[in-house]
Amino acid sequence: MTIASDTDRRRPRIWGAARWLLGKLVGGIFVLWAVATAIFFGIRMIPGDPAEAIMGGPGSQASAEALAQARADYGLDEPLVIQYLTSLWRLATGDLGTSYSLKSPVSEVLGELVPATLVLAVLALLVAWALALGLAVASTRSGKLGMALGSGLEIVSAAVPHFWLASVLIMFFATALGWLPPVSTNSPAGLVLPVATLALPLAGFLGQVMRDTFDEAHRSSFALSARARGESETGVLLRHSLRHAALPGIALSGWAFGSLLSGAVVVESIFARPGLGRSLLSAVTARDIPLVTGVALLSAGAYVLIMALSDLAERLADPRMVAP
Amino acid sequence: MTPSPPVLRVKNLSVSFDATEVVSQVSFTIEPGECLALVGESGSGKSVSARSLIGLAGTGSRVHAETLELAGRDVKDLSQRSWRKLRGKQVGFILQDALTSLDPLRKIGKEIDDALRLHTRLSPGARAAKVIDLLTSVGLDDPVRRAGQLSGELSGGMRQRALIASAIALDPALVIADEPTTALDATIAAQVMELLAGLRATGSGMLLISHDLAAVAKVADSIAVMQGGRIVETGPAEQILGNPQHPYTRALLAAVPAGKPRFTPLSPATQPAEPMVSARPTVSAAAEPVLRARSLSRSFQIPGAAGFHAVQNVDFTLFEGETLGMVGESGSGKTTTARMALGLLEPDSGSVELFGEPWSQVPEAQRRTRRPGLGAIYQDPLSSFDPRMSVGALLADALSLGATRNPRQHRERITELLGLVGLETGLISRNPATLSGGQRQRLAIARALAPQPRVLICDEPVSALDVSIQAQVLDLLDDLQQRLGLSYLFITHDLSVVRHMSDEVLVMRGGQVVESGRTESVFTDPQHSYTRLLLAAAPGIAAGH
Amino acid sequence: MSAPKPELSPGDPVLVRHRTQITARLPLFLAAAVLAFFILAACFPTLLAPYDPLAINPTDAFSGPGTAHLLGTDESGRDIYSRIIHGARPSLLIGAAATAIGLGLALLLGTIAGFGGRWLDFGVGRILEVLFALPGLLLALVFIALAGPGVGTTVVAVGLTTAPGYARMIRAQIIALRTSAMVEAATVLGRSRTKILFTHILPNALAPIAVLGTLGLGQAVVWAASLSFLGLGAPPPTPEWGAMLSAGRTYLAIGWWMTFFPGLAIVLVAAASTVLSRALKTGGER
Repeated sequence: MTIASDTDRRRPRIWGAARWLLGKLVGGIFVLWAVATAIFFGIRMIPGDPAEAIMGGPGSQASAEALAQARADYGLDEPLVIQYLTSLWRLATGDLGTSYSLKSPVSEVLGELVPATLVLAVLALLVAWALALGLAVASTRSGKLGMALGSGLEIVSAAVPHFWLASVLIMFFATALGWLPPVSTNSPAGLVLPVATLALPLAGFLGQVMRDTFDEAHRSSFALSARARGESETGVLLRHSLRHAALPGIALSGWAFGSLLSGAVVVESIFARPGLGRSLLSAVTARDIPLVTGVALLSAGAYVLIMALSDLAERLADPRMVAP
Repeated sequence: MTPSPPVLRVKNLSVSFDATEVVSQVSFTIEPGECLALVGESGSGKSVSARSLIGLAGTGSRVHAETLELAGRDVKDLSQRSWRKLRGKQVGFILQDALTSLDPLRKIGKEIDDALRLHTRLSPGARAAKVIDLLTSVGLDDPVRRAGQLSGELSGGMRQRALIASAIALDPALVIADEPTTALDATIAAQVMELLAGLRATGSGMLLISHDLAAVAKVADSIAVMQGGRIVETGPAEQILGNPQHPYTRALLAAVPAGKPRFTPLSPATQPAEPMVSARPTVSAAAEPVLRARSLSRSFQIPGAAGFHAVQNVDFTLFEGETLGMVGESGSGKTTTARMALGLLEPDSGSVELFGEPWSQVPEAQRRTRRPGLGAIYQDPLSSFDPRMSVGALLADALSLGATRNPRQHRERITELLGLVGLETGLISRNPATLSGGQRQRLAIARALAPQPRVLICDEPVSALDVSIQAQVLDLLDDLQQRLGLSYLFITHDLSVVRHMSDEVLVMRGGQVVESGRTESVFTDPQHSYTRLLLAAAPGIAAGH
Repeated sequence: MSAPKPELSPGDPVLVRHRTQITARLPLFLAAAVLAFFILAACFPTLLAPYDPLAINPTDAFSGPGTAHLLGTDESGRDIYSRIIHGARPSLLIGAAATAIGLGLALLLGTIAGFGGRWLDFGVGRILEVLFALPGLLLALVFIALAGPGVGTTVVAVGLTTAPGYARMIRAQIIALRTSAMVEAATVLGRSRTKILFTHILPNALAPIAVLGTLGLGQAVVWAASLSFLGLGAPPPTPEWGAMLSAGRTYLAIGWWMTFFPGLAIVLVAAASTVLSRALKTGGER
């Protein structure tokens, strides 16, 4: 029995909002610092010459001049503390270094890649949301069949990996039927398969969660009260249950966006679509540490931002929570 | 003037799920302005009956009735569409807990407005004005502000009033109230009951559903007692309460502790082996204090708010072989006091003494060796058992002070303990989760008794139990006290229980003791206004006096 | 506060359970059969596989599923079915090892956070937050970028990827138990903190580990296969499921079976472990 006291309400809203924002900001900077630090010391903990590691590992057979250049660039002759502080300072000023495999500044490379991945992820999230809500409603309305569908979805979302789903979709819609291109472009047709690959398992997961809440709301005392007031099933659905079902979906959207970034690595590779994920993969294969660091920091930053946004959205959508 | 038809006429109503009939052959009639109480324990089919009266028995149910008439209209084979026109308009439905019965995401004004929107053609502005009128009529202060609040922002009593407002928005001919006051504190419950009783003045009929005979005694004109899906006895309220015919009704009435002197058995199952009252050791003035609290205070920090004083300056003394009752509504500090008495929580100031030695502010290691002297039982016994342990393992663990969980090593003592609390030996290998509520509490008592304590702290031990089971557990506690000379600190919100059980009583409110003394003198001659308020609010059956 | 137990309502699981008990068992039975088959394949591959998984037979290359080769052959004429059978061992071993690392790490972090008091809890919470900020494959890829590709790295990377989620669950479990009525009752009975920790909290907190482990195995197989598929796991000729998929990807247009069937093996294992873990969970709750 929590009764919001009047003193709570009188506290200036702006102060709460500022505190919330500051908290998220500090948390975000901490995460970025930790990722950068982990990578910095990670390189130096690997046995061997860090210059060589930076230049792509022992297999890269970098020339002596290139290694010397890397040593100078990264100040590897300096004491570790100085190296560390220098690298942090560079990152803080937005200097992410130069990609060895692409021979251009990392920040420029990222700037070109971000929009493509963002389009993919946002579209997939929207499609997954729509599908999940539809599934939640459909599965509770059709009794036994709905229950089977619901538990089936959970298994599909947990068990079908992106790479297999993508292969099957290509086999079907590109190779056999020829309806859609197997290589993704930014044209609507070229986006269908990659978006579907990302959205389907996510929809299964979100749908499962929404379905549980939806079901609970639909069978709750307040739904019974509404029916006893003369409300129709559709009325109960629209005015009560759907709203309850949407809340966990909103809360999980931050996490969902993260899983989409992870899935983008596979999907962009399969559909030969330029983007953050595919570049991360080629950077990892080439052991292009500056580019890997750049993508890692960017994704971590994006993740922190999205989590904050989803927290904000949840607070706005749920009147029981205090809006920041 | 033609007599108006009864608001509800039910003949031979039966409801079944799958092959199980949960309601059989139920018949009753409610006249305009009449209040019929349908009383029964959990599983008696009373709620299902009520729901089937408005066509909401639930999926998978089969409802059959010879007659089902609402205000003279046959509603037996109504389509869902026609039902919707009646619900809310002809029948108002009030469910148990308004916290769950009002959508937590919607403003209460909206919830009340729904009923008006569905059944009238009023403009939004007119509806908004009507919502405010309704909130005023159910006695909510500042109705304009309340209409804009969520149910979670209101107190339990205010919520229940708002729910009532939504049910009576269209002056229905019949109001069905399913346990409308069960989740409320006694003083609030009395106010809500009064509000409901007032509705009859407008000519509405009322069907009041309750597990508690005493709670409906003040309001009901007639009472129907349900057991196992059937009505076993029905008649005017005075007759049912004053001269019950059916054995089940008699048992229910006997189980109500109100007005029954100390050590009177409440349950017919309890046959006193020897005259109980005389067997009781007389309490002399020289009785030794076993548990004593001196000006206990404890506050809690709530993030973003000032400290909250849960308990302030509480003093009490529990004497050997006696029961000290601690009574109060929710938030009165009873449980915090109990936790300090159990040595689970350190007081901010003040002290606790057990058997004359300091019990608070001593290291836990030192306290541990003395713990066998003090036992406890709780409202929800199941959650206090390790889910991986069987009945036998729980008792073996308690008997061996944690040395073993093998029931075979303490077979004799376990059998003895089970016998002491009236459980069968066959239960040894069972998991407590498979036991009934009453059996679980008996097991909890057996476990608490295993280390042979002299003092037992009982925190709402019967609050979750049906009244007949409550009677059995109270009888058991009485019996054990006399046989083993135990002292109880008995915590409850129920005045009739505390009066029946205690020698001395402590009335708590807002963390403070407002009145204390010998039970009979507090109950017959209350000094503090709050005690008088509590006593006035407590449901009682006149027959007891 | 007195609240009588709610009466049996129509949607009550007690009423539903009886009817669906038999049909509900079927998926569990199938899941157990699938896992048993692949475990058998992992232990005795030669028993089930008709061909040598590495035997090159160019004349048979790219034959579709049929009587000679049940699930077809790959670009070098190797039998896909035999390769899937022989691939069970490395794939499941990688999955099991990764699960063990993930759960081990999670257990360590979760227990420290759950028991270690406010500051350790705060510290572990921050570590988990950082790990969560690189979700799924991203963390694994960053780790591989530092440590170099290979089977061993894959195992550690997948373990690292799955650890934060488990750690959070274990921590929540321990904290819930620590403040439970059961622990309070044990304190009143005079049990010491260590005794309570070892007899009540840990055993009850660890019961869900079996569920997590079963679920985790399927997930780890999927993650590991994803990495192999991206060319960062087992090297090509090895009959490992992810590597087979990666090889088949090139020939998607002419030999769908080269991708479809190894992928199906992964999906079956993951689905079976999901079903099984769910059954364990509900079984544990009952």
